[in-house]
Amino acid sequence: MSFLNFLISGISLGSIYAIIALGYTMVYGIAKMLNFAHGDVIMVGAYICFYAVFSFELPPIVGILMAIAVCTVLGIVIEKLAYKPLRSAPSLAVLITAIGVSYFLQNAAQLLWTSSPKVFPRFFNFGGQASVSFFGGQLSVSWTTIITIITCIIIMLALTWFTGKTKRGKAMRACSEDKGAAQLMGINVDATISMTFAIGSGLAAIAGVLLCSAYPTLVPTTGSMPGIKAFTAAVFGGIGSIPGALLGGLLLGIIEIMAKAYISTQLSDAIVFAVLIIVLLVKPAGLLGKRVNEKV
Amino acid sequence: MGKVKKLGAKTRYNIITYTVVVLAYIVMQLLSTGDMLTSSIEGMLVPICVYIVMAVSLNLTVGVLGELSLGHAGFMSVGAFSGVTVAVILENAVASEPLRLAIAMVAGAVFAAIAGFLIGIPVLRLNGDYLAIVTLAFGEIIKSIFNNLYVGLDSNGLHFSLLSDNTNLAEGGELIIGGPMGIGGIDRISTFTAGFVLIIITLIIVLNMMNSRTGRAVMAIRDNRIAAESIGIQVTKYKMIAFVTSAALAGASGALFAMNYSTIAANKFDFNTSILVLVFVVLGGLGNVLGSVIAAAALTVLPEALRGFDDYRMLTYAIVLILVMLATNSSTVRGFIDRLRFKKTGKES
Amino acid sequence: MKKKIIAMLLCVAMLLCVTACGGESSSSDDASDSSSSTEDSGTSSGEGGDTAAAFKIGGTGPLTGSTSIYGIAAQNGAQIAVDEINALGGIQFELRYEDDTNDPEKAVNAYNAVKDWGMQISLGSVTSKPGEATSILNYEDRIFALTPSASSVATVEGKDNVFQMCFTDPNQGMASAQYIAEQDMATKIAIIWKNDDVYSKGIHDTFVEEANERGLEIVSDTTFADGNATDFSVQLADAQSNGADLIFLPMYYEPASLILTQANAMGYTPKFFGVDGMDGILTMPGFDASLAEGVMLLTPFNADADDEKTQAFVEKYEELYGETPNQFAADAYDCIYAIYQALEAAECTPDMSNEELCDALIEQFTTMTFEGLTGDGEGITWDEDGLVSKNPKGMVIEDGVYVGLD
Repeated sequence: MSFLNFLISGISLGSIYAIIALGYTMVYGIAKMLNFAHGDVIMVGAYICFYAVFSFELPPIVGILMAIAVCTVLGIVIEKLAYKPLRSAPSLAVLITAIGVSYFLQNAAQLLWTSSPKVFPRFFNFGGQASVSFFGGQLSVSWTTIITIITCIIIMLALTWFTGKTKRGKAMRACSEDKGAAQLMGINVDATISMTFAIGSGLAAIAGVLLCSAYPTLVPTTGSMPGIKAFTAAVFGGIGSIPGALLGGLLLGIIEIMAKAYISTQLSDAIVFAVLIIVLLVKPAGLLGKRVNEKV
Repeated sequence: MGKVKKLGAKTRYNIITYTVVVLAYIVMQLLSTGDMLTSSIEGMLVPICVYIVMAVSLNLTVGVLGELSLGHAGFMSVGAFSGVTVAVILENAVASEPLRLAIAMVAGAVFAAIAGFLIGIPVLRLNGDYLAIVTLAFGEIIKSIFNNLYVGLDSNGLHFSLLSDNTNLAEGGELIIGGPMGIGGIDRISTFTAGFVLIIITLIIVLNMMNSRTGRAVMAIRDNRIAAESIGIQVTKYKMIAFVTSAALAGASGALFAMNYSTIAANKFDFNTSILVLVFVVLGGLGNVLGSVIAAAALTVLPEALRGFDDYRMLTYAIVLILVMLATNSSTVRGFIDRLRFKKTGKES
Repeated sequence: MKKKIIAMLLCVAMLLCVTACGGESSSSDDASDSSSSTEDSGTSSGEGGDTAAAFKIGGTGPLTGSTSIYGIAAQNGAQIAVDEINALGGIQFELRYEDDTNDPEKAVNAYNAVKDWGMQISLGSVTSKPGEATSILNYEDRIFALTPSASSVATVEGKDNVFQMCFTDPNQGMASAQYIAEQDMATKIAIIWKNDDVYSKGIHDTFVEEANERGLEIVSDTTFADGNATDFSVQLADAQSNGADLIFLPMYYEPASLILTQANAMGYTPKFFGVDGMDGILTMPGFDASLAEGVMLLTPFNADADDEKTQAFVEKYEELYGETPNQFAADAYDCIYAIYQALEAAECTPDMSNEELCDALIEQFTTMTFEGLTGDGEGITWDEDGLVSKNPKGMVIEDGVYVGLD
């Protein structure tokens, strides 16, 4: 049963990576920039939810909604102030600005909320139980894991529907293909990019709540390591591709847990990255990425 | 005629670069011997040199070759650990400290170059962000390996072991690299002069390379790989030359860095350090060597200069970083500067 | 042309920085008076008259970044002690902490900044790796250092003027193994440790050594690192499947709280045994104390102790900083009082040079006995290597509070 247990831990960790990676991928797809501040938006979301539930004793669902609202606004503000003026600048300049924003959020969080760790409350108890048992107690899966996986699937389906069927979603895809042509077709490129940031940041808030529900310590640097891992996951699956982010996130989580379980806990990070390198050598655009042929 | 003029501009730029560095060295050295520097500034001289070399070498990869590398600190790490190990081995054999430091830096450069070559084989097949993520991955792998590597020295020679300390040293043996403990009790033999010499060597290598056949080939690959390939430039070879050179220089600076402190650990050379150096390069201007030099020096000093802000220090640093990026890259600001220039040239004519 | 402009801008920026540095050091005397502490400047200038009559104590610690909780706690603890001492009249202190972000490189910069400020006595660094980097400078500059919490052996080794207020890591590992063996707590032991951390590694190594000597069986030995300090299911499953009845956790309380939560979710209930870094777990906002029920730890300090000194300190700390102090705050508080005691005994005055102070303090510290918040009331002494000798308190968590183990 231990293999199944590990697999479930891996899927649970992977689902969180996947939700974060979705945010990376969407922003990358449209703005062609690596938003390194994404991990820190996750942290902000988690803090908002924590304070809403812990200090103001609001019901968890209100806390989550507040976190989503605050992060969405934060995402739009960051985009307007820090990234929009650089729309025509080289992508590396935007990357450095994103790093600046990341430093800013971390340090602001430390000043606002101090660096002493907060323990995130456990939301997902049903019938007084934190977990459900299968096979006569041999396998127990926590509600947090189940909800994380379900949320991840819902988000992924919703995004696929949104980008595929709705008008705004189609505008988004058009912008990511060719901004100039999209503008000629009457699409408001600026508004579309803002909307992408809003969605990405809203997802970050959900990811933050789920991350801290599963691993409940919350400090100002909570988001940075999962952020880097999720970025890796997004590239793993093929950056810019929504199903790719899901697949990349899940695989990364599973590989991380399996490497720890069956190879070495000390080298698990090295193994995760080694697998990534091998995959990229075989599929240079990630698992589900599109290989764009260079024009001569 | 045009060609001559262009060459002249390049030479002038190179001369300015050397002059700035030499002048800065002379001024700092005079102030230092005259005891007019605070310990703060004096303590930062070597790290500034290290970061300048790191920035210039990364500029070779990012600015000249045009490939984003997020794992540059990994090469620094290789150089630091191998350099210190060599210095410890030679502790009795080579009495002169500057010579030992020089040998250690060369050793650091050689090992980092080997690492750069091995990593370059898979990495340089990729492009763009995929290449970036693979360099990040290698940086993390190098960190992970050094966190689990044990190296000891006794009368029988060097002993290596991975994961746990199985070096089984003989009596009188010494554990050099202690896994997560890193290296402790390092002889602090790095000097500002050594740092200056390393910067000058780096500048000579990088600037000459940029203005050589190799450099032109590398830049041609950056600007248009397919066109470069079609006129017979061996893309992989030239990419590899630039990448390995960059790694070697980072290795030398890593050795210099390690021997400026009594202790180093693998965690120092993580993703954040790679990013820090990348910030220097982008801020200084891609492909602009003098820019890298100045940006590295300025941004190393900046967090120290902001100590007066107390709790708000790093917050201020972040804001300054964002504002500088906006100021130098935003089209509005650039338009403003352009207008100023027009006015000026208008007056001149 | 554009590049040139950028280069010029940067030139100007650098010049500004350098001048700012110089300007800061020249004006540091008045700047530091106001910035060192708003609370104490009132008392010290009021009673001490001029600030030149105060000893300048400097230290470095992580005040920003992921480990800042330790640096800030130490700074706050030391500040409380300084304020109390200044309020007594007599010897006056001025305290200044600089941020080292838990990085040896930045620690050297921070050390130099406090040295430029005129530091006469040092509190070393708060964390181990920076401690190793700055203690060698303390040694070379002949500035006496008493570090609250840089616990690696290399911090004090070979430096006659660097002392520790905390136990060294090996000491803790050995004491824990001895304790477990003597109390016959377990036969099969699992260890989870952080393999990129000096502190954790130091304790782990001596624990394993001592445990082997005493016939304790270590059935599972697993690690985590900065990059994967979230999911512990694998490590716990390994311990469980190997039948461990006690898990030793040589780490700080943050990952430890995650391990307790996840073990609980798995339904796995071995005994847990922690070290001094575990202290603080009960005061984490939102932590479900029932998870820590029965957790044992060796710690030099506990905020729930009922002696008068501890209670007064905890109350003051909570009032000023809104948090319960951890052992870092207590260690730093003790450091200031130990220095105070030594200075009084040696009849030092603030106009003495740092070399003179250093010699006087070394003599005092190797001979005196100090009673503080930490230790078990039998007094704290130091040997010539700078290592502290005090007894850790064995604690067990019952109903959400620490109870002494006997």
